[in-house]
Amino acid sequence: MLRGQLTLRAGDFLLDSGEFEIETTGVTALFGRSGSGKSLLLRAMAGLDPQTRGHLHFGTERWQDGRWRLPASCRDIGFVFQDAALFPHLDVRGNLDYARRRAPGVTVASMVAIAEEVGIAHRLDQDVGSLSGGERQRVAIARALVSRPRLLFMDEPLSALDWGAKAELLGLIETLAASTGVPILYITHAPLEVERLATRVVFMAEGRIERVETLRDALARPDSPLFDEEGPVSVFEGELGAPGDFGLLPFNTPGARLWLVGTPGRKPGAARLRILARDVALALDAPGRASILNQLAVTVEHIEPESGGRVTVVCRLGDGQRLLAQITAWSAHTLALAPGMAAFALIKSVALVD
Amino acid sequence: MIELFGASISLEPIWLTLQVAAVTTVILLLLGTPLAWWLARTRTRWRVVIEAIVALPLVLPPTVLGFYLLIVLNPNGAVTQFLRGFGFEGQLTFSFTGLVIGSVLYSLPFAVQPLMHAFESLSERLLDAAATLRAGTLDRFFSVVVPLSRRGFLTAATLSFAHTVGEFGVVLMVGGNIPGQTRMVSIAIFDHVESLAYTEAHVLSAMMLVFSLVVLTLVYGLNRRFGVKVG
Repeated sequence: MLRGQLTLRAGDFLLDSGEFEIETTGVTALFGRSGSGKSLLLRAMAGLDPQTRGHLHFGTERWQDGRWRLPASCRDIGFVFQDAALFPHLDVRGNLDYARRRAPGVTVASMVAIAEEVGIAHRLDQDVGSLSGGERQRVAIARALVSRPRLLFMDEPLSALDWGAKAELLGLIETLAASTGVPILYITHAPLEVERLATRVVFMAEGRIERVETLRDALARPDSPLFDEEGPVSVFEGELGAPGDFGLLPFNTPGARLWLVGTPGRKPGAARLRILARDVALALDAPGRASILNQLAVTVEHIEPESGGRVTVVCRLGDGQRLLAQITAWSAHTLALAPGMAAFALIKSVALVD
Repeated sequence: MIELFGASISLEPIWLTLQVAAVTTVILLLLGTPLAWWLARTRTRWRVVIEAIVALPLVLPPTVLGFYLLIVLNPNGAVTQFLRGFGFEGQLTFSFTGLVIGSVLYSLPFAVQPLMHAFESLSERLLDAAATLRAGTLDRFFSVVVPLSRRGFLTAATLSFAHTVGEFGVVLMVGGNIPGQTRMVSIAIFDHVESLAYTEAHVLSAMMLVFSLVVLTLVYGLNRRFGVKVG
């Protein structure tokens, strides 16, 4: 648990977080536009800036109190920077060893094990200058993990990478978060990364923390900042099954089964599925023969006010999960949609979050 | 005394010069490093003033600096009297100590500027990374700053040494020309020329010339080698 209130000035920009309380389990995403103060907040939380003021507790430990600041070196944290920040005078092994020698009780064997898990074991004796962008970030992640942090900060670790490396690393971070159990504070301005990784979202705007909520709650708000780009989205957690006829993949979530196509090579297992609200249509009668694969029985819970000729309809599946549908205001009016009505959601497309 | 090319050369000035230069270099690295670090990192307005003061010996005639030092360090002056209170005997002017003090001040910019540039070009991010890996302030300095600034240290040390070897005005003012005590090579050459002993002056001058050339070649060579590795 991180509790406190921090201020930090950088040039003309003022970070004034306001009082906050952030549960630190799993992955917490720090989300906001560029220039909203995410990085500054992370630096202030990590104790990297001596100009930080305010107060901060991690659990029962005091990290910041007015001008007094527990140095970053004493906080048992890890930090992965946007540009990896590898030591250029050391090779890959040297970078990891730098962390190992300063972390109590970390053996060379466990360091190598981490290098293997992160996928850089074959690069240990290489110069850091010879690594690709993705490899540099892997080394940075491995180095942070070797130091056995109690809390891992990540400042847009994927932003400098190309599309392929991004996808790979996102998967790696997801795996590591689960396998190491280290709580992560993760800065991003990409809604997809939030939907993929986060259990909790801290929304920032203009140097303030606007709101801290679970991903589920964040996605249930049709006005969530996560939806600024593509409109409202519903995210389902479930299990991906084995592919069947016609390349159809079943996705099982409590209360519904959805079908996917066109994701070859995807291994069965836990997955998250996202459905754009604008890809969901509503029908009051059970549709007869239709080409739409995914049709779910839902109950209309709530209709958001109109904006731009469209309304967002919050629906519930049998088990209580929420599905957002965006339809024209005209349709909502013609169908006389009202809370409590039974309807069928016709989903034009679903996509795995990855 | 040695015989070289028909000239009898006293080794004392050479030995003294090397000693003064070595001590000066060590002191300059010890003093210059924190000063350069502070200058590279501080955001205070006073920075420009301090930088100007450090750079003064570059433009000031050495005799001016030497003259002021002579005044400040004179045996009846406050500084000497203050040191006497701590049991200091002897005097600051016309002595080895005086030579070193003068050389340190005169060569200060040659130590501070390369170090400052090295520290300025160091990415702050790397120090942050080291801090989050549990490295404290001193640890960060020796494990990140020093190895990444070794070109700066190399340049600072060599220039301080070479510049001290080559100085004339300050040492003449502060140290005088006492054979075996404060007569350094540059002054010895001046002496030889004054007394029309051109052969001796030739030999000593040629030695200085070769020495300077070798030192500079070495620095540029090493810089080049390290440069490839660091960049």
